[in-house]
Amino acid sequence: MNVTIVDYNSGNISSVINSFKEVAKDKVNIEVTSDLNKIKSSDKIVLPGQGSFKSCVDALKNINGLVDTLNEFAISNKKPLLGICVGLQMFADIGYEETETKGFGWISGKVSKIDNQNGKFKLPHIGWNEINITKNSKIFKGIENKSHMYFVHSYEFVPEDKNVISATTDYSSNIVCSVEKENIFGTQFHPEKSDKIGLKIIDNFINL
Amino acid sequence: MLKNRIIPCLDVKNGRVVKGINFVDLKDAGDPVEQAKIYSDGGADEICFLDITASNEKRDTIYGVVEKTSKRCFVPLTVGGGVRGVEDINKLLNCGADKVSINTAAVQNSEVVVESSKKFGSQCIVVAIDAKKNSDKWEIYTHGGRNNTGIDAIEYAKKMEDSGAGELLVTSMDRDGTQVGYDIDLMSKISSKVNIPVIASGGVGNLDHLVDGIKLGKASAVLAASIFHYGKHSVKEAKEYLDSKGIPVRI
Repeated sequence: MNVTIVDYNSGNISSVINSFKEVAKDKVNIEVTSDLNKIKSSDKIVLPGQGSFKSCVDALKNINGLVDTLNEFAISNKKPLLGICVGLQMFADIGYEETETKGFGWISGKVSKIDNQNGKFKLPHIGWNEINITKNSKIFKGIENKSHMYFVHSYEFVPEDKNVISATTDYSSNIVCSVEKENIFGTQFHPEKSDKIGLKIIDNFINL
Repeated sequence: MLKNRIIPCLDVKNGRVVKGINFVDLKDAGDPVEQAKIYSDGGADEICFLDITASNEKRDTIYGVVEKTSKRCFVPLTVGGGVRGVEDINKLLNCGADKVSINTAAVQNSEVVVESSKKFGSQCIVVAIDAKKNSDKWEIYTHGGRNNTGIDAIEYAKKMEDSGAGELLVTSMDRDGTQVGYDIDLMSKISSKVNIPVIASGGVGNLDHLVDGIKLGKASAVLAASIFHYGKHSVKEAKEYLDSKGIPVRI
C-alpha cells in the first residue's frame, strides 16, 4: 500500500513524515511528494497544513493541477484522505484568516477565529486538551474518550452539518476537532505530535 | 480543558547534554536523544533543547541531534540558542523541530519575528525573553545574559506578540540557576500584558515552584532544567504533584 503525504510547501511537515514512517515501518510505503501522478495512484492521502488558511490554499494553487487532483481523489474516487490542522480547515467552503479565502468546499462550513472572550483565553490554543468523541470514527478505533491530543491553532472549523463532527474539545467554547464524512477524515489536533495515542490514530488511518 | 504544560529543557553543547539525568541504566548520559526519549516516555508535554555551543564550527551538531530526536519522540520539540534568522529556522524545522525559539536576533531586529512568523506560521515561533530586574523595571538581556539592552521587558513582550510570536519563553536572569523559584512578578506582569501563552523559565528548585509559576505567575507552561536532572524529580512526579494542587495536567 502507498500512503502519500502531500508536500505543497505548507511549512514544516517533518514531524508528519517521521510519525507516519514510524507507524508504517516496512509494511506500508510512505511517499512524500507533490507529483500529481504519484498522488493519483496512491491508496491514501495525508494533507498537512501549517501557517494560515490563505497561505496553505495559495501554496496548493501554486502547484498546477493539484487542487483538481485532490478533488478527483477524495470526491470522485472517494479514496481515504486525512487532513491535519489547516489540512482539515481547507475542507470548508471559506476561511477568514488574513482575508476571505475559498476552501475546497468538501464539507460545508466556515473557518473563523476562535472567540477568546475578550482576551480571557489565550490564542493560539496551544497544548494538550481532551477530546470528546461524539461519533465512532474509524480513526478513533481503540482511542478512549477524553484522550489528550496536542493542539496549536487560532482558527476553528464550523461545519454546517453537525453529523460530520467526530470529536470536539473544550476551550473558550466547544471546538470541533475532528470530522469524518465518508472517506474524508480530518483532525484539528496534531496526531503526529500527540505521543503514542496520536500514533494510534495514524495507525488507524493507515489500516483503514 | 486545556492542560498546563511541563517542559523539561536540556542544555546541549557540541551535540552533548551538559547536565543530564543520571540514570544507572542509561547507556550514554550525554546523549540528548536518549534523554529526550526518557522525558517523552515519562509524560513530558514538550521537549526543549537549548543549544549553548559556543564555537561556530561545531554549531551544526544541533541539526543531527534534532533529526535523531524527532524520529524517536512524538511530542513537540522546541529548539533554541543561536538562531539568527529565517535560514536557521528553516534548517531546524526541516530537521524535525516543531518550534524554534529566537532570542538575541529578535531583540536586534524584530523584523526577524515578523518575517519568520509569516513564512512558517506563528505556531512555530517562540520568542525567548531574558529579563533582569534593575530598580523598578525589568530589562532585556541578550547574548546569554551578558548584554543589557535597557529595553523594557514588558513592553518588549507586547511588541513580540504584535510581531507574530506564537508564544513567549520568559526567563528571569536573576533567578536562573538559583533554584529559589520563578520571578512570579515578572511572569504575571507579562502574562497579563499579552494574549499569547507564556512559558515560565528560570529558577525552579522544587515542585512548589512549578505550582507558583502557573497559579501566581499565570504561565500556560512551565519549563525547568535542573530539577529533572540527576533524577531529583521525574516529570511524572511533577505532574502528579501539580494535579494534587488542583492544576490541570495531562496524566
